[in-house]
Amino acid sequence: MITIQEGGIASTVQDRGRFGHYHIGMPPSGAMDKYAHTVANYLVGNNADAATIEMTYQGITATFDEDAVIAITGADMSPTLNGESIGTWETVAVDAGDELELAFATEGARAYLAVAGGVDVPEVMGSRSTYTLVGIGGHEGRGLEEGDELPIGEADGTPSELVDTQLDDEYVPSYADEDTVRIVIGLTSYRLTDESKERLCEAEWKVSAEADRTGYRLEGPELEFKEREQPFGAGTDPSNVVDLGYPIGSIQVPQKPIVLMQDAVTGGGYSTVGTVISADRGLLAQRQTHKSVYFEAVDVDEAIAAREARDDRLETIRAEIESTN
Amino acid sequence: MSEKTTVNSPMPGVFYRRPDPEDPPFVEEGDTVEEGETIGLVEVMKNFHEIEADTEGTIGEFLVDEEAEIEADQELVTIE
Repeated sequence: MITIQEGGIASTVQDRGRFGHYHIGMPPSGAMDKYAHTVANYLVGNNADAATIEMTYQGITATFDEDAVIAITGADMSPTLNGESIGTWETVAVDAGDELELAFATEGARAYLAVAGGVDVPEVMGSRSTYTLVGIGGHEGRGLEEGDELPIGEADGTPSELVDTQLDDEYVPSYADEDTVRIVIGLTSYRLTDESKERLCEAEWKVSAEADRTGYRLEGPELEFKEREQPFGAGTDPSNVVDLGYPIGSIQVPQKPIVLMQDAVTGGGYSTVGTVISADRGLLAQRQTHKSVYFEAVDVDEAIAAREARDDRLETIRAEIESTN
Repeated sequence: MSEKTTVNSPMPGVFYRRPDPEDPPFVEEGDTVEEGETIGLVEVMKNFHEIEADTEGTIGEFLVDEEAEIEADQELVTIE
């Protein structure tokens, strides 16, 4: 059992996501930075599906009621165990009664705490992810608060043998430096003027204070739409189209662009002028409010290749961790 | 006590000196504050995080304006 002393600003239980329900308006939820979530799980001997605790900007303070094996990845929130500094991107042993404390994020925005056996909250619609907007999944469908008790699942194998495993530096992302995310232009980019299409990929976009698990609202130059007589079913605003499903990562443009994230609105009538590729969404999720982001256009084949490269990298990491055991 | 300290923002966001636009500021320059007293708010992701005085003393100078965009670790106010 993990008992929460302080919940931080927005800490939730997340796994890889809730799949297969998008058509009824249920977004996947799941970890915003899948790479950090997955590596944290591998470091404690879990598979990638196990649930972790995702913390945003401010970490949790928690006590462990039993011995455990943990790993913290993602944003650096200066974790300490009983007041002693512990490493990130490495496997750490925790004794019953120990107090884990994380502070504010100095680099990146989201940190992940994995525990061997996973955070064992009940599955809802096939996932342990929290979707706070409708209050399902995770721990009581909400962010973590003081007094919450999270059960730890049964670990496979002997995770204690993984203690002190450290992720190779070459696999640790430098969140402060990663300011470019790749996008595929579309689905309704035909609504933009040619100038605006170029501007989308040349402009400096700034993450606004309204950037959360649902969407990242960006500040930057105005985008303009081609003039037309709006068809039946589209609204009157030039940024409106006839309703469509919004892909996760899609950049919709009500006025200022919003990149839809894991708790996305699943459909509607805004032009989606591009989509942030899955391999780069974690980097966007780690951009702090007021930091700059640039878009680089790639085609669908490059997007798929990037996803395969990311998956290969994770598989290499998994194999390396296993071999050190 | 003449030692001067600054209170820094733990996170990026938008800084507010008032609990509500209609209300007076939490504290004014020259006010005496207790340790742990709220001196402002930082809004990020539609959450409001209270900024507390980390020591008792007198509020010196606000280094950022109301509704300013602030970075993590930015200096907000001095306490003397």
